[in-house]
Amino acid sequence: MNAVETRARAAKATGRKLLVPYVTGGVTENWTDLLRAAVDAGADAIEIGLPFSDPTLDGPVVQQSSHQALSRGATTRQILDDVSRLGLPVPLIAFTYANLVLHGGADQFCAALADAGVGGLIVPDLPVDEMEPVATAAADTKLDLVLLASPATTPHRRTEIAKRSRGFIYAVSVMATTGEQSQLGQAGQQLVTSLRQATDLPVVLGFGISGPRQAAEACGYADGVAVGSALMRRVLDGAGAAELGDFLGEFRTALDRTTR
Amino acid sequence: MDQLLRTGHQPDPVDSRRPSGLGRFGEYGGRFVPESLVPACEEVERAFAEAWGDPLFRAELNHLLAVYVGRPTPLTPTARLSAELGVNLWLKREDLTHTGSHKINNVLGQALLARRMGKRRLIAETGAGQHGVATATAGALLGMPTTVLMGEKDTERQQLNVFRMKMLGAEVIPVTSGSRTLKDACSEALRHWVTSVDDAYYCLGSAMGPHPYPWMVRQFQRVIGEEARAQCAADLVSGTPDYVVACVGGGSNAAGTFAGFVDTPARLIGVEAAGGAAISAGTTGVLHGFRSKVLQDEHGQISEAHSIAAGLDYPGVGPEHAYLAESGRATYVTVDDVEVLAATHRLARTEGILCALESAHAVAWVIRAAGDGTIPPGSTVMLTLSGRGDKDMATLMELS
Repeated sequence: MNAVETRARAAKATGRKLLVPYVTGGVTENWTDLLRAAVDAGADAIEIGLPFSDPTLDGPVVQQSSHQALSRGATTRQILDDVSRLGLPVPLIAFTYANLVLHGGADQFCAALADAGVGGLIVPDLPVDEMEPVATAAADTKLDLVLLASPATTPHRRTEIAKRSRGFIYAVSVMATTGEQSQLGQAGQQLVTSLRQATDLPVVLGFGISGPRQAAEACGYADGVAVGSALMRRVLDGAGAAELGDFLGEFRTALDRTTR
Repeated sequence: MDQLLRTGHQPDPVDSRRPSGLGRFGEYGGRFVPESLVPACEEVERAFAEAWGDPLFRAELNHLLAVYVGRPTPLTPTARLSAELGVNLWLKREDLTHTGSHKINNVLGQALLARRMGKRRLIAETGAGQHGVATATAGALLGMPTTVLMGEKDTERQQLNVFRMKMLGAEVIPVTSGSRTLKDACSEALRHWVTSVDDAYYCLGSAMGPHPYPWMVRQFQRVIGEEARAQCAADLVSGTPDYVVACVGGGSNAAGTFAGFVDTPARLIGVEAAGGAAISAGTTGVLHGFRSKVLQDEHGQISEAHSIAAGLDYPGVGPEHAYLAESGRATYVTVDDVEVLAATHRLARTEGILCALESAHAVAWVIRAAGDGTIPPGSTVMLTLSGRGDKDMATLMELS
């Protein structure tokens, strides 16, 4: 069992709800300070967005954060260099698109992630049918390739995703791109419930989590939440590490209350 | 033709050149989309395979192509230009279809499919606006509300087509992300589809995108090649042309044209824009749901394409073209904007045909190749004129 899954299963065993913030790599000059703040605020793992010019699953906020990072000259290599110097005590999970993964070969890409100390990988436009050879390369380098399931996923595909996902399963709460939602719908809860029947792997709910109250609501049925747009919106508006840390601290407090 | 057969899949009784189960042409194609869209793609694949094998569906489509689109389009000899070039150049006149380009063939097929699937509205992306106009037209014809995503830059340089779409009742949404062109309209259309898969059908405009679109769009466009082949058999002394030429952006008119000639000895030539030459200058990558040749930098970021023709301003190419290039069955060449403008004027002055700037790419290559002997004198050339040039008049007036 690799780092992400070890951490996720351990949390699940003790009833701790997973807090998985997303930060776009290179979004600001001092972007790695955001990662440290997230750890201090109680993140269990951190998704690091490796910006791609043509994301097909990102809403306006994450798109804009990626655009900002690319405009600043961010590259995968530079982001991984930054990350490799951090030595953070929580697993890091790269979140990026298939073209960046396959561009120089999946083996090379996964090795670069592993060398930088990244423990997991999420590729939203790489469905289970297309996951080879990335899955093999990830396994060879001890990376957890986290798969996504959505409300539209059929029972047969849910079973396959549950079987092949590593680390945890990323349950997409709504049929939408990444972004904040005013309220959580029923679809996410139904998806998590059905995934539970297929696996004991932790299930993390993402897409649409806008604040601590919603996160706590989601953790009434899920093992944790991923939070992206709500954080990146604040960063794009000028929030620094301290402010982001405070905001994530509210999530931590809310999640910890659900376990009492 | 057997080269395109893939092992390990059920052959289609109607068309043996169906891609493999995962939608691959060789290593190209596939379905690289968010999980939320996989079931929708599977639904389209099932529905299309069933419809394509249904004589009633085909009959309704063929009827519409005849009485609404104006098919068959003629194969026009070019007397004066042929004499000047020393080759026998024939034009397959997709510019004479209703709405003025080949796009309508595919769109009517997909719109009928959408209605058969019980979808209530259409969404589409467009570059030059011809696919948007065709989709708006089909939406009006079938009573389906239509939303068209179009790069903001393209809405500015193709104002006539934006107005046409609105006249037809479509909603046109300018896309302001990225380079504000077709590439970004495609990304936005996929994002839009994620939020509306239950009631909306994504009417994709070229032989690209996730499986089954490259295959399906080629099948809806193969009417071009099949008609042209029969017309060549009737009109040409040789029966088959020596060269079959078509412009290539995403590549739908070329895919449809080539489908009629892939099992003949004709040389297949796809003409790309020099600034958007995914096959000639690209490398293997994944964009908008499929693996093919794409323009990208050393880091894997997609590069911005450039062409004077908005419809060719796309950094990727349909996967079947990447495969045809790799297998050697088709050859892909490039022409630049200067040659395109010259070709537009020359065709207009010699034949009285104002073609689309996209189509002028194919004309430009024939002019160059006949001039430098690449096409030997006396050869017969069949060129698909994919669309008419009305939409480009503002661009041409600006440059004149």
